Amino acid sequence: MTEQNRLTEQTSGTRLDPWFGAYAERTRGMRASEIRALFSVANRPEVVSLAGGMPFIEGLPLDVIGEAMDRLIRTRGTRALQYGSGQGEESLRERITEVVAMEGVEAHPDDITVTTGSQQALDLVTRIFIDPGDVIVAEAPSYVGALGVFRSYQADVVHVELDADGLVPAALEATLSRLAAEGRRAKMLYTIPNFHNPAGVTMSVERRPQILEICRRHGVLVVEDNPYGLLGFEDDPYPALRSYDADGVIYLGSFSKTFAPGYRVGFVIAPHAVREKLVLASESAILSPSNASQLAVETYLDTCDWRAQIKDYREMYRERRDALVGALAEHIPAASWNVPVGGFFVWVKLPEGLDAKSMLPRAVTERVAYVPGTAFYFDGQGSDHMRLSFCFPTPDRIREGVRRLATVVNAESELVQLFGTTAQPDDDPTDVEIPSPDLA
Amino acid sequence: MTAPAPDAATTTVSSGTVGPVVILAGGLSHERDVSVRSGRRVADALREAGVEVQVHDVDADLLRFLRETEPALVWPVLHGASGEDGSLQDVLALVGVPTVGTGPRRSRQAWSKPVAKAELLQGGISTPDYVTLPQALFRDLGAQTILDMIVERLGLPLVVKPVQGGSALGVTRVDEASQFPRAMVDCFSYGDTALIERAVDGIEVAVSVIDGPDGLEALPAVEIVTSGSYDYDARYNPGPVEYFTPARLDAEASARVADVALRAHEILGLKHLSRTDIILDAEGTPHVLEVNVSPGLTETSLLPQAAAAAGYELPTLYRRIVEHALAPTH
Repeated sequence: MTEQNRLTEQTSGTRLDPWFGAYAERTRGMRASEIRALFSVANRPEVVSLAGGMPFIEGLPLDVIGEAMDRLIRTRGTRALQYGSGQGEESLRERITEVVAMEGVEAHPDDITVTTGSQQALDLVTRIFIDPGDVIVAEAPSYVGALGVFRSYQADVVHVELDADGLVPAALEATLSRLAAEGRRAKMLYTIPNFHNPAGVTMSVERRPQILEICRRHGVLVVEDNPYGLLGFEDDPYPALRSYDADGVIYLGSFSKTFAPGYRVGFVIAPHAVREKLVLASESAILSPSNASQLAVETYLDTCDWRAQIKDYREMYRERRDALVGALAEHIPAASWNVPVGGFFVWVKLPEGLDAKSMLPRAVTERVAYVPGTAFYFDGQGSDHMRLSFCFPTPDRIREGVRRLATVVNAESELVQLFGTTAQPDDDPTDVEIPSPDLA
Repeated sequence: MTAPAPDAATTTVSSGTVGPVVILAGGLSHERDVSVRSGRRVADALREAGVEVQVHDVDADLLRFLRETEPALVWPVLHGASGEDGSLQDVLALVGVPTVGTGPRRSRQAWSKPVAKAELLQGGISTPDYVTLPQALFRDLGAQTILDMIVERLGLPLVVKPVQGGSALGVTRVDEASQFPRAMVDCFSYGDTALIERAVDGIEVAVSVIDGPDGLEALPAVEIVTSGSYDYDARYNPGPVEYFTPARLDAEASARVADVALRAHEILGLKHLSRTDIILDAEGTPHVLEVNVSPGLTETSLLPQAAAAAGYELPTLYRRIVEHALAPTH
């Protein structure tokens, strides 16, 4: 560097953020990324987005709901618009016990804490149990929103193998034993047993008691995240893990997928002592969940045929799942994927050598979007996978999206063969690499 | 520096007797997010300066909107394909509305990095030695052989970038030959032709040029200091990059980089505003890396920083650009 051209008296410039040195360590991954910027195109109508997980709200009877909400404000407005209790409206909690009973959960309204979406429930559970450096065991891959919460509390996430029947008991046993041998106790197993996000698989009924027994023996709390449980395509709902073990399982539920995410109403069912702490933690965070949203959900459950609506959703999502897997078989046979029996997602393994993150700009050019697999790992793995969601686009749009994706995959395959590259682990897994919730 | 007082042209802009200024932001390029942020900042600044502004995306509704709105002026604050490559400017010319920024033909030339580099070299401006190769050529002649030849000829380190596009998307520095194939794959994901140039180490500065009523003006150079590469994350996340404005250069070096930016602006036939990215090497020679037809105008972008260092309030500066674009001689 040329010193004769250099004026040296100025030693510090500007970083455009006067608080740059003041942020907590837990904010390290909270920043814009190139991948996230690419998603900004995804909400344009020209793009077929197979990226986001937005439910198909157009399927709701909006006129009926509109009248019910109008009546709610006119008749119970002074309650709906007032502060509420930290634990949530008792009348809603009573209705929640009926909903979870469909999955075999026997809950008392006192066991339930209403939250601002189940994402807040996840935050509260992590807040009351996890100190920096504590180990959380999660499936490989796992829900990106949970990994973000765990990262923000500076947990260490250890992934455990998943197969077509969900979390593998032998792998869980081996992992917990290894951690114990290393002097690291896992505090929590975070699992999505039904219609996994992103993997699409469902934990078999046979494995459920096995997983619980392993965790009980190792003194590991089970956090069961179950937003999609009622959205199965084939059978009656699977029995919730909590239906087997009320003391060892914290159950997270949500109305975002079965009704509407706009109200942001979720809930957590926990053992009594845990529930006490959850309520106090929630009060310290938000005072109380939105009364207006809670009463809106309660009104919906009281006045609309929500069971029929769920049935409609199931049929609609099954049709979309069929469109997606059918199109994959037709257009991208060199990839492999599971066929989910519920939920929103198909987890696709790309043909040899392809890197989903590296390929995303080409996909955006072709007007199709997906989420690269690296978003769903704490350790940068997953670059050879992508998550495709079928919840929002219509079947025709899904088929068109997969056609475009096939063009992308073919071009990228030629490229990696040409240069002999392979999928690479993400060099910085702390980046936010998922579309924001409002981008389908 | 004091900005000129509003003149008659300004009155026309804000009088309400003619259409408003339309800011185009968004589009479908990889840089949509940057464009949306830039457009919002420009719109806010112009409104603060008393200019009636409407913001619109580049979509199927745009032409109907322009016909109904009859704007006095369109400012395409677009980054990436269609916004910077001249094609949208062609359409706006068909509509017959005056625009801020470089016209279609010159945009098209400047948008292509190798074309712009060739023009700069012809004009006597140094730019790192380079080759431009399409993906098809690697397929036809054998990828590894070509990569080896490039390393042999240009040496290491190298920088691989798409021939079109900004915000450092698809750009990789190659320090070791083993990184080269991956860099090519990442680059070709953004476009089918790659520009591979010799990496030049030195002081990295960006010089913005504005084309105001008093002629071309180079704003103070912004020096960019970063521990890693000045990539997308570094550009749009405040914090990791340290900026010195004006750059820590002596008067002679400052004048040299300003002169290079002004000449680049003129050689490429740019209008109203541009930003030239320069490396000042160990001998004090400025090498132009890129010239940006539509420089970023976000809260972390370089032109706004340079304008502030020059004493401009952004509302005043952007209003001046609007006035100039509307001037009858233009």
